[in-house]
Amino acid sequence: MPVDPSLVGREFPAPAPLTVTRERIGAFASAVGHPGDDVPPTFPIVLAFDAMMAFLDAEQIDLHRIVHGEQRFAYERPITVGDELTARLTVTGLRQIGGADIIGTASEITDATGAVVCTGKATLVHSGATS
Amino acid sequence: MNTGDILEPKTFTVTRADLVAYADASGDQNPIHQDEDVARSVGLPGVIAHGMYTLALVGRAVAEWTDGAEVVDLGAKFTSPVVVPAEGGADVVVAGTVKSVADGLVTLALEVTCDGQKVLGMPKAVVRA
Repeated sequence: MPVDPSLVGREFPAPAPLTVTRERIGAFASAVGHPGDDVPPTFPIVLAFDAMMAFLDAEQIDLHRIVHGEQRFAYERPITVGDELTARLTVTGLRQIGGADIIGTASEITDATGAVVCTGKATLVHSGATS
Repeated sequence: MNTGDILEPKTFTVTRADLVAYADASGDQNPIHQDEDVARSVGLPGVIAHGMYTLALVGRAVAEWTDGAEVVDLGAKFTSPVVVPAEGGADVVVAGTVKSVADGLVTLALEVTCDGQKVLGMPKAVVRA
């Protein structure tokens, strides 16, 4: 089933803030083999993914029909232990190619003061036509 | 770092166990990264690595090349999947050169391949000099 075109412009917050702990960073860094003690640059995907799941759940889209098409992050400052991060995803575009929905999203990751830490742009490819 | 510098290519072997560990650490439990049958049911050639796992390997290469410089931009299109076999692994090669050094920022030109095929489109990494 194609994705509802009226979604463009809708916002989906991540359900809960994420407090950045040394353990959380360590687990992520270990999983990707990141050297040193700094926060791996792709760590904000944890927040962006939570917001994406809020979007998929709200629209009853199956995660296994989603393939990540593109992801870009721009960082305002490094993430550090103690940050309390919140994410909000906005659907920015929707088009169909060959039976797949190409969903454009933007996400903004902010700290406890509301300052932007990082922004993300992603394309999600939804192959739902065969269901 | 100077414009035109060629950075030592980094080869990372990705296994199914790596994808399970990444799913747990990132929260991305999409079964196309763990279950062959689900992956094939949506038209994929087999279990594929999370695009963000491949991008994390780019982040790792950048950190190793720059001794942990602050990253200000990182991204790519996931143009071709990294198919990870049940036994052994897939080798992802991250190659890079210094594209420009200006205004306190170093922009890297990257080429990320698996089995000789580019897996990322327009990969970009910018760090503080």
